[in-house]
Amino acid sequence: MDNAEDIFATAAAWAAEGETVAIATVTETWGSSPRPAGSRMAITKSGRIAGSVSGGCIEGAVADAAQSVMQTHAPKLLDFGVTNEMAWEVGLACGGKVKVFVEPLT
Amino acid sequence: MNLTTLHALQQAQSARRPVAFAKNLSDGAELLLPDDAAPENLNEAAKTALAADKTGTHTIGNESWFIEARNPPPRLILIGAVHIAQALVPLATLTGFEVVLVDPRTAFGNQDRFPGAKIINDWPDDAIKTLRPEIRTAVVTLTHDPKLDDPALDEALKSDAFYLGALGSRKTHAARLARLAALGHSPETLSRIYGPVGLNIGAVTAPEIALSIIAELVSTRRGPK
Repeated sequence: MDNAEDIFATAAAWAAEGETVAIATVTETWGSSPRPAGSRMAITKSGRIAGSVSGGCIEGAVADAAQSVMQTHAPKLLDFGVTNEMAWEVGLACGGKVKVFVEPLT
Repeated sequence: MNLTTLHALQQAQSARRPVAFAKNLSDGAELLLPDDAAPENLNEAAKTALAADKTGTHTIGNESWFIEARNPPPRLILIGAVHIAQALVPLATLTGFEVVLVDPRTAFGNQDRFPGAKIINDWPDDAIKTLRPEIRTAVVTLTHDPKLDDPALDEALKSDAFYLGALGSRKTHAARLARLAALGHSPETLSRIYGPVGLNIGAVTAPEIALSIIAELVSTRRGPK
């Protein structure tokens, strides 16, 4: 574990403030994906975002998915990459592939 | 993720206790491993992940599990709360190191000069004995004072620290190596010390020297072997 940025501390602080929080985690990568498995992002219903799961190319789509996860309370496993452009509109410019697990903090 | 799990992960982190976080990607179940109550194959996967410091997804018993190796962050022990340390502490922290500053001189090692830093006002050899550097720890001496630097290096050379560095010119370093050799360290053991410390980038100012030290630390951890 080498992430200098402590997403868990941020997520815990937001939850303590009464925010609804979702956590997105890179669970698997192939090819030249910019952030390794274990990279995380925290998202609140009110729109706050911390951390990252890519070089910036898919954060928007992950934040959108997090909003729906916070509504339904059902976790989602998202697939991003060149071969999945049909499933998700966002691809990775670097040609890598990542899977991102999005879940509510409960 | 449950808040309880999140807090347990934070606790392990602050205690420098290695744990694996396991998440069932189909039903969302989560565990902290190793755990005697957990299935044997999950515990095995967790131990393998921690040993290799590898995070990823595994198929275990027909189910997809995300297993995250959460080893303690790399640690940097600095001997000497000197001017260069004032640049090195924030830069090392930003790079992801947990920094411990050792200086028995409270006029140097204090919260005024190093707001928020973890400071131990102890003799360096005693501090090193207490902190017990392991393979995720680096030790860098910065005082130029043999009374402080030498005992720290003497003790650190007996540890598994992945990096030992000593600030000082080539001449200072040669004299230092001679003193440490007289304490019984072999030339092979002494070759573990990077001195003069830092990558040679022509650093002049304190922040530049700090940068060269961090660059050498990163290169030692991650660079081509």
